[in-house]
Amino acid sequence: MIKVLKAGIYTTIQDLGRFGYRNQGVPVSGSMDSISAGFANALLNNNTSDALIEITLAGPKLLFTELTNIVLTGAEMSPLLNDEPIQNYRVYKVVDGDILSFGELKRGLRSYLAVHGGLDSEIVLNSKSFYEDITSKYCLKKNDVVSYKSGVKDIENHESNIKIMSQFYETDNLEVFKGPDFELFSTSEQERILSGSYTVSKDNNRMGYQLEEISVLHTKSIITSPVLPGTIQLTPAGKLIVLLKDAQTTGGYPRVLQLTEKSISILAQKNIGDKLYFDLIPMDD
Amino acid sequence: MSEYQLKFKSFGNTAILIEWPQKIAKEILEDIRIFSDRINRNDIKEIQEVNFVYASLLIIYDNNLISFKDIKHKLQLLYDEDNFAMQRHHTLWEIPVCYDEEFGIDLDFLSTEKKLSMDEIISLHSGTIYTIYGIGFLPGFLYLGGLDKDLYMPRRDTPRLEVPKGAIAIGGNQTGIYPQSTPGGWHILGKTPVSLFNARNEKPCFATPGDKIKFRPISRAEFEVIRIAEDTEVYELKKELYD
Repeated sequence: MIKVLKAGIYTTIQDLGRFGYRNQGVPVSGSMDSISAGFANALLNNNTSDALIEITLAGPKLLFTELTNIVLTGAEMSPLLNDEPIQNYRVYKVVDGDILSFGELKRGLRSYLAVHGGLDSEIVLNSKSFYEDITSKYCLKKNDVVSYKSGVKDIENHESNIKIMSQFYETDNLEVFKGPDFELFSTSEQERILSGSYTVSKDNNRMGYQLEEISVLHTKSIITSPVLPGTIQLTPAGKLIVLLKDAQTTGGYPRVLQLTEKSISILAQKNIGDKLYFDLIPMDD
Repeated sequence: MSEYQLKFKSFGNTAILIEWPQKIAKEILEDIRIFSDRINRNDIKEIQEVNFVYASLLIIYDNNLISFKDIKHKLQLLYDEDNFAMQRHHTLWEIPVCYDEEFGIDLDFLSTEKKLSMDEIISLHSGTIYTIYGIGFLPGFLYLGGLDKDLYMPRRDTPRLEVPKGAIAIGGNQTGIYPQSTPGGWHILGKTPVSLFNARNEKPCFATPGDKIKFRPISRAEFEVIRIAEDTEVYELKKELYD
């Protein structure tokens, strides 16, 4: 098992998310950066749906008590295995007594720690993803333990792919589709929404990111309607709110844009003060 | 069917949003409910999830199996199909509520503001059959329509930091039940001892959008009895058929 010696800022267990319960008001949840989470599972030959640990901003200190392989992807947080620096995107073998800790956050915001075979934790409504009042925990705390099945595989490290895996989020441009309420706005308002440069505000978490700038002030209201992870709402005060994995399932602000799945992953690696731009991509029809 | 002119909008590249005329109306909700049932019954393999609230229906589909254009076409055909014997009944749920002032901490305030006695407020609130227009905002939070106009009350200027789980409240022209404790700006009339949402159940929320609910006033003593029954999982919500 993994024993939590220090919790870090916000450390959770995530998988692909909780599907099929939207009509009960249950958020989807799941890894914020599903691309990095996918790389982590892939590097260990795990299933895509295997649960792993999502680490935010500052890492935890974790004690392993059984033999396994681990890999870290996503944000670079100066990881240390028994006080020796290790690298993201490389598979390591750990044994009983090994301690994983983290140092300075160098790049990105969310790091993913996968173990061989995935984490063996509580399943609620077909998912292991933490969410308050759904799972018994909403984040990992000191002294918590998480199980996994002991075992290792011979895995080669493919250095050649590291660049692809580590650089996909090194962009400030987010691909967006028009949202269902985009046409409520005039052409010049649409233009202003799309051409603005935006900054991640301090109000950013797994539910959503509010952007700093005032985009377009308006008095348009919609009747409460479904929203998705990646939906960008425009409040009457002109603020854009990007809904993310733990967002509620319905909303009442106009849905002006919709991020692609890739852009959700990119945004999940952005921190307060980071700049963002939108690239409109055509709808498939 | 084909009663309404529907708008099909792509919503990202794996979802389709179908909009009815954007009004809060029982007839529209009923049309959506019947269409949603039909989609579910047809068991369309490309469709992963169906959800509706007020006047919109969301469909999540697998874009590896079908394009937006084709799913849109398929759904429009399904909507246009002739429809017989679809006048289905509704499930009417009875939610026990204790309107004791211990829980109904804003009853006194509402009574003064609305110039109604507390008993009048309780009988107006519990004498109505409400329609569930959707579930959202929080897991198990029901959007209820049908609040008596005499009970409309703007939200509090300052939200309370914690409204307890089970609180029955009024905000604007809506009434609702808090499925978990959360900050909230609505006026609190009472409390139900029943859990509206239990993540351990296969169907965590008892209700489905389109169902009806009513509130039954209970005494403080009955509240305790039901609470104990609920804690030991022997309480069952009463339901009946309603046209």
